[in-house]
Amino acid sequence: MRSVIAGAAGALFGLGLLVSGMTDTAKVQGWLDVTGTWDPTLAFVLGGAILPMLLAWQVAARRPRALSGTPIPPMPKQVIDGRLLGGSALFGAGWALAGFCPGPALAALGWSGTGGLVFGLAMAGGMIAVNALPALKTRAA
Amino acid sequence: MTLLVNPQDWLFGLTGGLMIGAAAALLLLGNGRIMGASGILGNVLTGTGPRIRHEDLPFLLGLIGAPMLAVLVWGAPDSHVSGDLPLLALAGVLVGMGTRLANGCTSGHGVCGMSRFSTRSILATAVYLFAGMLTFFVARHLIGGL
Repeated sequence: MRSVIAGAAGALFGLGLLVSGMTDTAKVQGWLDVTGTWDPTLAFVLGGAILPMLLAWQVAARRPRALSGTPIPPMPKQVIDGRLLGGSALFGAGWALAGFCPGPALAALGWSGTGGLVFGLAMAGGMIAVNALPALKTRAA
Repeated sequence: MTLLVNPQDWLFGLTGGLMIGAAAALLLLGNGRIMGASGILGNVLTGTGPRIRHEDLPFLLGLIGAPMLAVLVWGAPDSHVSGDLPLLALAGVLVGMGTRLANGCTSGHGVCGMSRFSTRSILATAVYLFAGMLTFFVARHLIGGL
């Protein structure tokens, strides 16, 4: 059952990314191009995605557990450190250069050609590197 | 700044966004999981999460496979992916490392974290938005690349 829910959520996520236009790297870069020709579409996507989640967190607050019995993840400890800020800055830079963040990169992996595959493999490599380099190794979340 | 006005794109954006949020709500209320693309992919690649979850593979299969099927049926939209492969490789490494260091990306911090008013997520989102805008400005308007 958990796998069915996860598969359905992944599929809906992927189709939503496709419908929203966020698998188009030019639209994402257009959102970042605030000094040029600014494309505000991403704000509609993010706003649209946050709405159901505002509701979901309200529902979750009244239920200690998800349908599958797993506890609702608690609010993470609010550690503001160089790892969070520096990591986000690196992510933003890469996001701008390619026009892909992880979700859309995966949603476009199967059909966006060599470029999409190269980005996806490099992204996977970067994730493995963080885990493999002792100085960067991910702390338990 | 010129504003690109395209209400049809905004409507598609809003619709797709609602689908993304509904997917995140389904994963949260169904499985008790945060729908973060980088977190789930990172977990599958490295097994670093609190425990390895067998449901992460079907999630990724849906995320990669459903758009592929849709593209087979309706045709591929233009993804405008750069032809500069070294640039894409550099960008991919930055995105992969950055999202793991920051424990989240646009879906995890931007959608799931901000909607529960997590300070970490709001700050992370502000930083990657600003870094993205700054990087894009430098790369396109100062250097003339992209």
